[in-house]
Amino acid sequence: MKLLENSFPLKGGDFTEAGAASKEMRIVLAELGISQDIVRHAAISAFEAEINVIIHAVAGTLHYIVQGDELKITVTDMGPGIPDIELAMREGYTTAPEWAREMGWGSGMGLPNIKNNCDVLRIDSVPGEGTTLEILIKLAKNGPLT
Amino acid sequence: MKITEIISALELEIKVDTKNLDREVRGCYVSDMLSDVLANSHEGNLWITRQTHPNIVAVAAIKGLSGIIITGGKQVEPDTVLKAQAEEVPLMCTPLSSFEAAGIFYGLTQKRK
Repeated sequence: MKLLENSFPLKGGDFTEAGAASKEMRIVLAELGISQDIVRHAAISAFEAEINVIIHAVAGTLHYIVQGDELKITVTDMGPGIPDIELAMREGYTTAPEWAREMGWGSGMGLPNIKNNCDVLRIDSVPGEGTTLEILIKLAKNGPLT
Repeated sequence: MKITEIISALELEIKVDTKNLDREVRGCYVSDMLSDVLANSHEGNLWITRQTHPNIVAVAAIKGLSGIIITGGKQVEPDTVLKAQAEEVPLMCTPLSSFEAAGIFYGLTQKRK
């Protein structure tokens, strides 16, 4: 049986394993019979969160757990933290470095994409220390996310 | 329309051939910004881009895209090929620009109407 909970280490600047968490979640949720739309929302949220850590932080962790009819994704990182969360949530605003933009990331859509693909997004950040994202997604076997 | 039907017109060099090469293509999305593709592309779209790194495969797999065309004669990175094989995402290269590839593809879809 597949794990309904797992953790993935994330290392700043290392894109080689980016997407590993979202890929495993896609498989686990599909095996649970979760609707394809919701699997996709979950995968986008996880992938964008992974990429944020890889671009901005030294290191971090993505943890996911399926609890009843809810998926909880928790992403923690070790800095640099977000000084103004409201500004960071604004589509198009970015602090990504040039190398990330050349890869097609850093368009200021990461956090908005996560928000648009989950039911609840909580951001707790301390500048100089780090950021924790808590992403909640209601799991349903039929119908799109509402 | 299937990818196999547009190989000649779009001057495609197939880098990763999977069983999905025969899947029905439903429209096209042109972008070099990965979050934009995650947000706005649709399942079945063919993705035209100049990005070549492995993250493009994860984006295509998550969104259920029908394939990726890398334009401008750029060579695809070896890791991208390996990921595309693992995810069974068709991957192609063309010497055409994104503008030309999208234009020709659009013309082909209009002829079908």
